[in-house]
Amino acid sequence: MATEFVARGADLELVGIRREFPGFTAIENLDLHIPAGEFFALLGPSGCGKTTTLRLVAGLDEPTKGKILIGGQDVTGTKAYQRPVNTVFQSYALFPHMSILENVAFGLRQRKVADPLAKAQEALELVQLSHLAQRRPAQLSGGQQQRVALARALVNRPSLLLLDEPLGALDLKLRREMQIELKAIQMEVGLTFLHVTHDQEEAMDMADIVAVMNKGRIEQMGAPEKLYDRPHTAFVAKFLGQSNLFTGQVVEQNASSISIDFKGHKLTVPKDRAERHSGLVTIGVRPEKAMFHEVQPAASSDVNIIGPGEIIDIRFTGVSNQYLIEIPNIGQVTVFAQNVGKSPVVELGAKVWVTFKVEHTFGLADNPDGATADNDAVDGED
Amino acid sequence: MAFAAFGSGGGGKHSSPTKSNGKVALFLLIPGLSYLGLFFLTPLISLVVTSLEAPDPSGAIGVYQYGFEINNYVYAIQTFWPHIARSFTYALIATVCALLISYPLAYFIGVRLRTRPLLQGLLLTLVIAPFFISFLLRTFAWRQIFSSDGVVMQFLHATHILAPDQYIAGTDFMVIFGLTYNFIPFMTLPLYTTLERLDLRLLEASSDLYASPATTFRKVTLPITMPGIISGTLLTFIPIAGDFVNASPEFLGGAKTAMIGNVVQSSFLETMDYPTASALSVMLMAVILVLVSVYVKKSGTEDLL
Repeated sequence: MATEFVARGADLELVGIRREFPGFTAIENLDLHIPAGEFFALLGPSGCGKTTTLRLVAGLDEPTKGKILIGGQDVTGTKAYQRPVNTVFQSYALFPHMSILENVAFGLRQRKVADPLAKAQEALELVQLSHLAQRRPAQLSGGQQQRVALARALVNRPSLLLLDEPLGALDLKLRREMQIELKAIQMEVGLTFLHVTHDQEEAMDMADIVAVMNKGRIEQMGAPEKLYDRPHTAFVAKFLGQSNLFTGQVVEQNASSISIDFKGHKLTVPKDRAERHSGLVTIGVRPEKAMFHEVQPAASSDVNIIGPGEIIDIRFTGVSNQYLIEIPNIGQVTVFAQNVGKSPVVELGAKVWVTFKVEHTFGLADNPDGATADNDAVDGED
Repeated sequence: MAFAAFGSGGGGKHSSPTKSNGKVALFLLIPGLSYLGLFFLTPLISLVVTSLEAPDPSGAIGVYQYGFEINNYVYAIQTFWPHIARSFTYALIATVCALLISYPLAYFIGVRLRTRPLLQGLLLTLVIAPFFISFLLRTFAWRQIFSSDGVVMQFLHATHILAPDQYIAGTDFMVIFGLTYNFIPFMTLPLYTTLERLDLRLLEASSDLYASPATTFRKVTLPITMPGIISGTLLTFIPIAGDFVNASPEFLGGAKTAMIGNVVQSSFLETMDYPTASALSVMLMAVILVLVSVYVKKSGTEDLL
């Protein structure tokens, strides 16, 4: 398989993958299908099993159970060097004893591809480093090394390109540039990318599909906009951006919506935006979709209102202000307000009401750890 | 006071930092330099002078006068070239054997046992454990083990692996065996040091780039651990070429195993032919110097990190 020189990406399928290490299970039961040509991001906190998943796909580790298929072929039993897969490692792992050009030509030479040096030179041009071809890796900056690692993997035109947090070591400005460059290259060469990261912004920014992973399982998978708009679990709601979460018993429902009783406040969520319609339900709203008012707003069926509360913290982040509002007997709510000169100017300690539209709320399939009907509002931090 | 003197150069003016650093460095080097001058340079000059001395006109044995007798070298080469050749052949074979034994051992300790530091420490201790017993005693023990009426030889004769008139003691094999055995720790330790620092992620990257384990070893592991191989082979080859214990008939050698070291020893102590012994020593040193520089240059250490 490794001898054929593919020009197109292949799809990846993981079936019932389980990986146990002595003392813990890194991946419980993972099913995953990545269509050919997609930019797929596996997002999760450290220790969630995402790097293990990547290593299993690369062939650097073996699953305890399950099957790995690339382009429909079962590669579970094959070694890393037999798989049509290349990896951009977090540490770059450039060979220190070879020139940049030889590093890039390494994979081509192993597969006896004709004219490896010319192809390597082309790949270096793609990442704009052809002028450094004769240097050693140690003579390059971190960003340049990262691009060499990318060229070394891309030049082989693998069916599947694996990216193991390759931008983690770069500074913010360079990381932004590389994200744009990487996305452009992916579109240009049409390969399947599997990108592992803990940076939610990076995942949302670059990927066509994001899978949020937690404790060895995939919590939710979908397009970044959909994941952000409609998180299904408390973990996703808190890991992908921030969320205000409220847990309460369902007390009212009609054809299109359900309402919960949250410590005396009636909060409503549309039925088609809620995973569950009865019992103890957690509903949430993104901080930028919430607003605060210094005068009590009039009750309305399409707006949820809680308050009054007191502003206890204001954080300036440039494009927006982040307000932390403490509501007695309820807890804390976060509100982001854009600094476009329209939001009310308030001081610390101001008395405010928080409102958010029913259409902006989402209902979760689970409840935050330890949440009961009388629990405080949960403020998710990323 | 002393610190102030170093810092300001004594004149109160600002002297350049490199200049005063240079003075401090020189001061700190004095013990080392005087040691080298006294115990290396002086004997070396004395050795070269002796190697050019001419026999005393009186003809007395062991008495020589200053001269410029280049013929001492011609005589030494003509008479002892088989010993010179044998020394370097033994050294080459023993170094290669030590490398072949030590590399897997060092790889196992330095790479495979990384996750188990306790076992790693234990095995390293075992590698240097032979040093706890005198070198001479251990070499002598091997002679006993392979002695003609010992258990090993009885077994080899009884099983007809060796013919009844074949023995191991005193052969080339025995001497090379002893040399290899005695110098394995000097090979293993530098190899261990480089292998212990080997970045395993590079091996994964190589495997990811379609290189089989054998190719990965040849193209990544071996070149990256080359500094360890070079220091290990130098640390074994140089002392082996000058060794005289293993090849001596009193230990593992026989009548036909004498190396340069044995000739130097007997020339100095038995025939009292000081010029020839000195000439041989100077030549041994020169040949090793040339071989080592060619070797280091060929193996391209300047390309390595």
